[in-house]
Formats: sequence, C-alpha cells, structure tokens
Amino acid sequence: MDFSIASILALDGVTNGAVYALLALATVLVFAVTRVIFIPQGEYVAFGALTLALLQQGQVPGTVWFLLVLAGCAAVAEVIEGLQHHQRPARIARRVLGLTAYPVAIALFVAWAAPQKWPLLAQAALTLALVTPFGTLLYRVAYQSLADASVLVLLIVSVGVHFALTGLGLLFFGAEGFRNPSFWDERFNLGPLTFSGQTLIIMLASVALIVALWLFFERSLYGKALRATAVNRLGARLMGISSESAGQLTFTLAAFIGALSGLLIGPTTTVFYDSGFLIGLKGFVAAVFGGLASYPMALLGAIGVGLLESFGSFWASAFKEVIVFGAIVPVLLWRSLRDPHAEEH
Amino acid sequence: MKPIKTLLATAAMLLAAAPALADINIGVSLALTGPGSGLGIPMQNQFKLFPKTIAGEKVNLIILDDATDPGKGATNARRFVSEDKVDLIIGSCITAVAAAMAPVAGEAKTVQMAASPVGLPPGQDGWVFRLPQSNDVMAHAMFGHMKKLGIKTVGFLGYTDAYGELWLKAATAEADKAGIKIVATERFARTDTSVTAQALKLGAANPDAMLIVASGSGAAMPHKAVVERGFKGRIYQTHAAASMDLMRVGGKDVEGAFVVSGPATVGDILPDNHPSKAVSKAFLTQYEKAYGANTANQFAGHAYDAQIILEKAVPMALKKAKPGTPEFRAALKEAFETMGRTVLAHGILNWTADNHWGYTMETGVMLQVKNADWVLAN
Repeated sequence: MDFSIASILALDGVTNGAVYALLALATVLVFAVTRVIFIPQGEYVAFGALTLALLQQGQVPGTVWFLLVLAGCAAVAEVIEGLQHHQRPARIARRVLGLTAYPVAIALFVAWAAPQKWPLLAQAALTLALVTPFGTLLYRVAYQSLADASVLVLLIVSVGVHFALTGLGLLFFGAEGFRNPSFWDERFNLGPLTFSGQTLIIMLASVALIVALWLFFERSLYGKALRATAVNRLGARLMGISSESAGQLTFTLAAFIGALSGLLIGPTTTVFYDSGFLIGLKGFVAAVFGGLASYPMALLGAIGVGLLESFGSFWASAFKEVIVFGAIVPVLLWRSLRDPHAEEH
Repeated sequence: MKPIKTLLATAAMLLAAAPALADINIGVSLALTGPGSGLGIPMQNQFKLFPKTIAGEKVNLIILDDATDPGKGATNARRFVSEDKVDLIIGSCITAVAAAMAPVAGEAKTVQMAASPVGLPPGQDGWVFRLPQSNDVMAHAMFGHMKKLGIKTVGFLGYTDAYGELWLKAATAEADKAGIKIVATERFARTDTSVTAQALKLGAANPDAMLIVASGSGAAMPHKAVVERGFKGRIYQTHAAASMDLMRVGGKDVEGAFVVSGPATVGDILPDNHPSKAVSKAFLTQYEKAYGANTANQFAGHAYDAQIILEKAVPMALKKAKPGTPEFRAALKEAFETMGRTVLAHGILNWTADNHWGYTMETGVMLQVKNADWVLAN
C-alpha cells in the first residue's frame, strides 16, 4: 500500500462514514428521547432511494400505497384508543384528521405528480415529503401505546417493525435493485484522488444536517423540549411537555434523516429493498461507540466504521463484515468497564 | 338437521381439498421472499403458465415460499413428502436451500429437480437432478473465449457466498486447462455499498481481464467500481448476471462486457445451428406475452425446461405405475436417467444414472453488451 491507495481508501471510508454518521445520529436521537432502539432506521434509507428510483421511471412508487395503509392503521388505533378513554367523537375526529391529513394529501399529490417526470431535484423533494410522514405514523401504530414499556419490549417491537417493513418493501419495490442518477456529475482530480460531485454532496449534506440538528437542539423551543424529554421523561411531562408529541417529532426527524441518507447513497451503489438493514446496522454500531447518548462520539464512531470498512475490505475482503462488527466487542468492553450499571428489568 | 348439514359440508370440503389419487402432485419450493426472491419470482411466474395436464393426467402444483432459508426449505420438503404425498419436488432456486432439501427427498425416495447448481457429496445425490448448468460448463465456455482472445491473467471479484465459492473452484480448474492464471482473488457481499477497496487491489495486480461473480442487478455495482478505478481490460460476468437488469443499473459502464449465458434467454440472436434456438424462442414468446417484453430470465427458463422434461419422462413412467405410489416415483427417476438427449431452452441435457448434472459442453453462449442490448460475442 502506498500513499495514493491509502488516500483513495480513506476518501471512500469517510464518504461511507458520513452516511453512517447520519444514521447514527438518528439512532442516538430516537433512543435518547423515546428509549427505542430503532432497528428499522436503515429501512428509511431503502425507502428513500427506491422511491426516487421509481419516480425517475415515471411510476407511482409503492411507498404511496404503503403510506395510505399506514395512515389507515394509525386512524384505527386513534379511534380505538379514543373510544376506550370515552373521548367525545369530535375530539377523536380532530385527532384522526391531524394524524392522517398530511400523509393522505402528500400520497395523492405524489400519485398525481409521479407520471409527470419532474426534474431530479423536484423528485428528491417529493421523496423526502413522502417518506418523512412514515416516522409519525410508525410511532403512532407501533410504539405510542408502549411508550412506558421497558427497553427490551421496545427492542422486540423494533425487530418486528423491521421485518414488517422489509417484507412490505419487497412487495412494493420488487426484488431487483436500482441505482439513481447522480445529483452532480462533475469530477475533480486532486493528486491521486478523484472527487466525484456526489462525494462532495454527501459530505456537505452530512455536515449541514449535523449543524442544523445542533442549532435545532440549542436554539429552538421544540429542540429544547426534546432534550428535556431525553434527560427526564417524567419531569418533562410534569413541565407540560407531551411525551407523545416528543416521540412523534423524534420519529419524524429520524425518518427524514433516513430518507435523506437514501437519496445521498442511491447514486453511489445499487440499493435493494433489503439493503437498508446492513447500512442501518453500521449506523447502529457507530451509535454504540457513543453509548447511544453522545452525538459527537457517534459521529467519530461513524467515521471510524467507514474507515475500518474500506481498509478492511482492502486487506481481507472476505472478512470485511467480521472486522466491522467485531470492532464492537472492544468498544462494549470499554464501555462496560467505564460505567458499569445494573441490568434493567 | 343443522349438525348433519355442517358435517356433510365439512366432508365435502375435505374431499375437495384432498388431492385425488390419480393426479400427479408436484411440490415446488421457491425463494419468493428474502435475498433470493429475484430468482424465485420469475420461476413462479413461469409455473403459473404450467400445463394443467401432462400425458392425460391432471397436474397439481403446490408452490410454497422458502424465504431463501435452508431450514424453511427442509420444512417445505418434509411437508411435500409426508402430507401432500408428492410425486416430484422442484426447487429450490437457491443452492443452500436446495442442499437442505436433498436429504429429505432422498429419504422419501422422491425425485428432486433442483433449480440451482447444488453440489452434493458423491452418493448423496441419488434423487437430485439439476436443472441449471453446472458452473464447470459455463466456465468452460468463458475460459474458451478468453483463450481465443489471448488473455493470460485474470482477476477474480466474487460474492462471499456459495455462488462465489463454486465459481472460484470452477474458474480455477478451467483456467488451468486453458493456461490462464488467476492473479488476484477478492470477495464482496451482495449488501455491500462500495467495493472500491477490492477494485483498487485488483487493479494493482493488473490482469488482462476481470471476472465478476454476482447476480442480477447486484452485478452492476462491482462492474462500475472496476471501471471507475480505471480498469481498461476486458470484463467478464457469469450467467447469473445475464439479465437486462445489468444494463438497466449499469448504464454505459457495462458496455462491452462479456457475459456467459445459457441459451434460454437469448432467443433470436442464437446462431441458426444452435440446437436450442427453437425452444428458446418458444419460451421467450410464451413468457413475454404473459409478463411483458424483456422480463424473461435464466430462472424462468429453468421452470420452462422442467415442463419439457416432464412431458417426456411422465409418459415413460406412466407405463410402469400409477401416480401417487412409490413405484411411480421410482419409475420417474428411472425415466429421467434413461430418457437420453433432450433439447431444452437451456441447452442439451443428457442425464444418466451416474450423472445428474448432464448438460453437454456446447451449452454456454458468450454474449456481449452492445448499445444496451445483447449481441453474440465473437
């Protein structure tokens, strides 16, 4: 290995790491606010990339139908819960409307807009608008009524949601993969390195999103409310912060980040309906570096995972996955030695 | 009155549900979900066009999903032999799943037509017949073509799974025979998002040609990575990549790629003297009439071939025994082994008692990508 090979590998590692960083941030965010270990985070990546791919072909993406089905489930859950709590019909109807109005509207809009073959950027915006509401609805359907359950129960639900989403992904997108067109086709040469426009976009988008998240948490009222919930759920609730809306907002943010990652990664590789899982899992490994609590550590972890992956595949490509996931063992050891704690039951 | 009615209705339903003894029952286990579903779904499509009767006997197909999971495949096989009392098992399209089903088929003395090139230890494949070509047959055509072009060194970039492993074995053997050296071997997983590192390392070995072992739309990503790292030599792909998905995902980067293929999906561009030309065209016409242009692939072809084989072997077996009996199952096995040279969409098959692979070396066809379509490579 010489310097040029090392630099190419490093660039490749950091590019992938930037995407893992986004997913790691989303994982940390969701865990901190709701205590859900959100395994299906990667599924949003596949949904984002494949929705854009189908829009590119002028087809109505399966995500449209999926969103309508999910909105229906959420409405049913809302009605049942309202009746159980003997709420007034007008109140139930208002809540159902508040939950489903946007998803149904955007689904119908995309179904109308899909055959028009809009320019790439407009379709990317459509994709984000379509995949983001999945967060709210998934939280409502799968997690909201279990908000006070133990971490273990929430993890089991996450595994179930993951399998359901992958199966439905196969139904709606088909078994074959897609590759999206690049957002920026330019190439720059810098010594032995070739930067593609897409690489730059991935890095810039990741940095921009991280800064935006930081501003959101530091400066906005919603962000502060989420932080308060993350620190102490009960205390936040006593202060009048609804843990329900905190959960929904968090999941919506996570869905947005996932879909954005999908748009970023779509032009650099072939995305299949089940590709998201492994990408999300690497984001999760990065999040574990930060103890599922620290954003900067998760960010470092993500870059580390990306570099480990690219150098690992250079030295021993057949064992790459083993190297990446094996790296979690020393981290877990270090974390459990540093802050030991009793098992939660 | 009412209980009697219910009882009668239940009895009638049970009678209707139980397969009549005289019918030929075929258990089909395919990967309809999971990572192998890209292979299983086209096969299922073709099985939907399967004839309702063969040689005057009614044919019942029982299609189950094995979810690309060997355990599930073995369960399906067990259900076929113990509950459905099938005369024949078809599947799976995934090597590992088919291998898990093989012991069940052998135990129940029921013929299994595997839709994947499953390798079994000698003596354990007594009841297993393979529909696909062995990788040896395909590697033979590929390395023959390399030799003709004067290629001396080859880099190997393949899946880390059984498909990659079997190809590496076949390629090493055929390369030796052709006097070609495999100078570098790199692996990747289907779910990988980047193979830049492997492409770098292969590029450093500077081979004359690159062999990429991957399937379906997954074959385009490694191909693009190799091209993007500035590799200028020839690039070869295996028969699992021989579908239009390669061009759909790979775009202009896969132009000029050499792909080995069974003749089934090639149809019109086969040379006129190729024995499979007519069958291949018949298969393509039937499949694409039902599912649209350019949708047929390798695996749908295997399902079509199963039909041709059964139409030849079932009348032979019927002379000896009635369907639904152990005698019939044994007769079917014997018919497979003695039916001789059979022209399929996928080439010339000649199963014998001690060879359940059976494709002749004339099967593999070398194609090249030109203007996002296939042409015959020369």
